[in-house]
Amino acid sequence: MSLNNKLLKLSFLSLLSFFSISSFAEISEQRKQELSHLLKHDCGSCHGMTLKGGLGPSLLPETLKLKPDELLFITILEGRPGTPMPPWKAQLSEADANWIIKLLRQGPQ
Amino acid sequence: MKKLFSLLIILLSLTACSTQNLRGTGDMGLIIERAIGRLQVVEHSTNSAIAQIDGLGDLSHASIVYSRDARYGFVFGRDGGLTKVDILKQKIVKRIIQSGNSIGGAISQDGKLVAVSNYKPGGVKIFDSNTLDLIADIPAFYGDGQRSKTVGLVDAPGQKFVYSLYDADETWIVDMKNPATPVITKFKDIGRLPYDGLITPDGRYYMAGLFGEDGLAMLDLWHPEKGVQRVMGNYGKGKQKLPVYKMPHLEGWAMAGDKTLVPAVGQHEVLVMDREMQQIKAIPVHGQPIFVMARPDHRQMWVNFSHPRNDTIQVIDTESLEVIKTLKPGKAVLHMEFSPRGEQIWMSVRDEDRVDIFDTDSFRLIDSIPADKPSGIFFTNRAHRIGL
Repeated sequence: MSLNNKLLKLSFLSLLSFFSISSFAEISEQRKQELSHLLKHDCGSCHGMTLKGGLGPSLLPETLKLKPDELLFITILEGRPGTPMPPWKAQLSEADANWIIKLLRQGPQ
Repeated sequence: MKKLFSLLIILLSLTACSTQNLRGTGDMGLIIERAIGRLQVVEHSTNSAIAQIDGLGDLSHASIVYSRDARYGFVFGRDGGLTKVDILKQKIVKRIIQSGNSIGGAISQDGKLVAVSNYKPGGVKIFDSNTLDLIADIPAFYGDGQRSKTVGLVDAPGQKFVYSLYDADETWIVDMKNPATPVITKFKDIGRLPYDGLITPDGRYYMAGLFGEDGLAMLDLWHPEKGVQRVMGNYGKGKQKLPVYKMPHLEGWAMAGDKTLVPAVGQHEVLVMDREMQQIKAIPVHGQPIFVMARPDHRQMWVNFSHPRNDTIQVIDTESLEVIKTLKPGKAVLHMEFSPRGEQIWMSVRDEDRVDIFDTDSFRLIDSIPADKPSGIFFTNRAHRIGL
């Protein structure tokens, strides 16, 4: 990877963390419940209802341990081109994505 | 005399008892309650739930096939569980955990074998349908010893199973005529990321849906020597696709006369194909279609949709190729099942905890059965259909 690329990546990641921090707005209790439901049933349709994986990879805390929040944040909102993971930004705000990341770090309750 | 009398009483009571318990299973079925690992045993002559069977494990994305006597259901759970249930006695006959993560199964032409498609470890396992003893273990090896997730497993005529390898872009046919020595035929480079498969109701064509590229991979099982061919190459091309929140299912595609109706991937459309699988029309619909299911007489197609537009059902008339009815049963309509001759359709409305039953002629809601987060609905008439 060239220095330029590295710099680009670095500034990209810091931009992302800026976004994720700045968007850590409060979300309502009702929205939190909706997001838990979405995670279990809709994310679960590919990642398994217990998030241990299906056609998509496992999303359990130990699997995600080495993946930084910024990566999860951009994966949720922008998807992963070349894989079936779609961008969710039309349905989820940045605050929503951050809340989901928090749920993922906690693991299934 | 007294002895004879009591014998008579015993005989009479035995007869009465067995008469009471005799019933057919042709109007029965099972509904999956995905979150709590339970099945509801239902009867569509009376539109009622008659029993519940607990202890089925993780039933997210679970599916069921039936024994040819239509008495036993084989339930394929996400957690690798394979459970044989007796719908007359309404209990589990046997349950095994046969892998870490599985995605569905099939029953053989002769009804003696049940095959399960596994994600982890990737491959297919085949069991004796009577005892659930392992008959064959077929790991989906590719490349340098990696194992692929297997998808789109169906039964095919000639005591075969057909499925695809998600990570390896292959389709395999397993011939189980001699159960001790399965004969495997592999087809490579069928297309990127096959994610589901179907077999046409006549058992001739196997088709795999591809996530990684446009088109479908088709195998003519009458002529496997011709290899896998790509059909519907323009499927989705030239347009910006919408994000796909849920993959369309391939099961239930309708062949109405010389037309086939298929769910578009990433478009709010149902596509109409001619006999050569050339697109002749795109029908605009409410959302991204998931199931496009033909009423048994093929006069109507019922369509459900992906998140977040999954509170709606649309009905397409197969003659005019227009949407003739839009229904809003409630949040998250996941699956639909027609009664065997199609006068009714049952649909699971997951987030409302209900199964709704509609008349397919008047489109009226006739009945509703409470169910906990219902997903798949499977009636026993599937027992006698190829690919189901």
